[in-house]
Amino acid sequence: MLVVELAIKGLVYGCMYAMMAVGLTLVYGLLRILHIAHAGVFALGAYMAVTVANATGQLALGFLVAAVVSGLAGIAIYRLAYQPILRHSAFVPMVVSIGLFIVMQEGFRMIFGAYGIAFDNNPWYVANVSLAGISLTYVELAMVIVSVVLLVGFGLFSGLTRAGIGWRATVTDPQMATSFGVDPVRVRYVNFLFGSALAGIAGGLVGLLNNYVEPTMGGAVSYKALAIIVLGGLGSVRGTLIASLVLGVVESFGAIYLADIFDRDAIGFLFLIVVLMVRPQGLLGRG
Amino acid sequence: MSAYVASLVSVIGINMILALSLNIITGFCGQVSLGHAAFYGLGAYTAAYLAKLGVALPLTLLAAAVMAGAIGLVVGLTSLRVRHDFLAVTTMGIGFVFLGFVRKQKWLGGELGISGIPGSGLDPVTYALVIAVFAVAVIVFSLWIKKSWMGFTFDAVADDEEAARTVGVNVSAYKLTAFGIGTALAGLAGGLYIYFARIILPDTFDFVQSIAILTMVVIGGTGSVWGGVAATIALTLLPEVSRAAADYRLLIFGTMLILVMRFSPGGLAGLVRRQRPA
Repeated sequence: MLVVELAIKGLVYGCMYAMMAVGLTLVYGLLRILHIAHAGVFALGAYMAVTVANATGQLALGFLVAAVVSGLAGIAIYRLAYQPILRHSAFVPMVVSIGLFIVMQEGFRMIFGAYGIAFDNNPWYVANVSLAGISLTYVELAMVIVSVVLLVGFGLFSGLTRAGIGWRATVTDPQMATSFGVDPVRVRYVNFLFGSALAGIAGGLVGLLNNYVEPTMGGAVSYKALAIIVLGGLGSVRGTLIASLVLGVVESFGAIYLADIFDRDAIGFLFLIVVLMVRPQGLLGRG
Repeated sequence: MSAYVASLVSVIGINMILALSLNIITGFCGQVSLGHAAFYGLGAYTAAYLAKLGVALPLTLLAAAVMAGAIGLVVGLTSLRVRHDFLAVTTMGIGFVFLGFVRKQKWLGGELGISGIPGSGLDPVTYALVIAVFAVAVIVFSLWIKKSWMGFTFDAVADDEEAARTVGVNVSAYKLTAFGIGTALAGLAGGLYIYFARIILPDTFDFVQSIAILTMVVIGGTGSVWGGVAATIALTLLPEVSRAAADYRLLIFGTMLILVMRFSPGGLAGLVRRQRPA
């Protein structure tokens, strides 16, 4: 039973990683940037959710604000930080992204204080539901439902609508897509808006899950999200989703069985390094 | 030299070795590393562990450099296997694996690190001079590499790997060499650090430290030795200048990274070069 329970908890975390990592993969697919500042957006979402929810008493409003503000922040990051330096080699945008991440983290520390904030009204992170003998907290259940709904919605959007097909075409071959009338710059805006909103929602959910929001909360999660997009084969959405779930489960087991040797945050990377040794192109990447 | 100046000289010297060692990997050879602090930490933990067993200073420094260099070669091996963009993530991962490992080891002090490290046996001023001598040696070594055949080859690998391979450069061997040298020097810096600080904490070697080292390299001008030297001195003295600069050190580092990349991706060295007509 422990095994099943660990696997389920791992999948819950995997869902959260997936919400983070999809945005990163899309940015990488479009622009070849390792968007480390995505972690800052994740923490921004958490801060928006907790401050708005505490101020108004409306949790749903908090999450709405988190999604909107994070999405807009993503657009601002693209327009102000990345767009002017796209002509340089990959190293330059990556360094900018690291700078942005550090600035955001320090910004949260200055505005909201170095110590964490908790939700005033959050009974759901301890209250349990029992499903077929597996007990989950309400927040964990919400994490799974929200991520599945959003990611399926995204899948339908990119598979069935004209805008979504244009988007995928741009990722595959920007020049060809442009000559068929897709506006690549608009695709990038939509991409940052959507990916960042997802990260913001994920941040809010993690804040609820731990009932704690702190300036450095983006750190570990974003490094893992980067590890996931590499595992998934950089730029492959399907690979990213699978890698997210796999990493969640591996971590969940590792945190129990390797507890004396490594801490939880190290396990994901260890796994990544081992996988890369065997498959340098990632789980689903082409050689 | 007062004790205060001696401690400044020590910190600047150690940071300079760190920045120049990363510069060999990232600047000369073009291999991104976001986990340099892990090798600094490997050196520090190795030296501290041995020093507490009573091993003499020259041997602990040597062991620190060898340990970090050996693990560095293993990481270098991954850099041969993975694509360019993967490397940034893998090296970042090495940093986390190192911290995650050290934090869980009771024999390395866990979260509390190692304290009560024996002194160097020298007074602080003399020891600061020893660090300074090492730093100068690393500067000279870097300048020598740059001018040597190896430096030209590093350049070629950084510029265009495929082209370098086409003209018969053994790209893998040179990448490994750069990783080996750079990480061994970072280990040496770690060894020097422990006799200065006398206590080490895992958090000293975290991701932020890796980024601080990278900041010095990038602001100096990736690949430029004198740029790196100037940036290291400036950035290390920055928190000493004012209280506010100390409180907002990271904020300033982050902002500088963004602005330098936006307006002068070649860093300080790039600015100087632009003034002079080539």
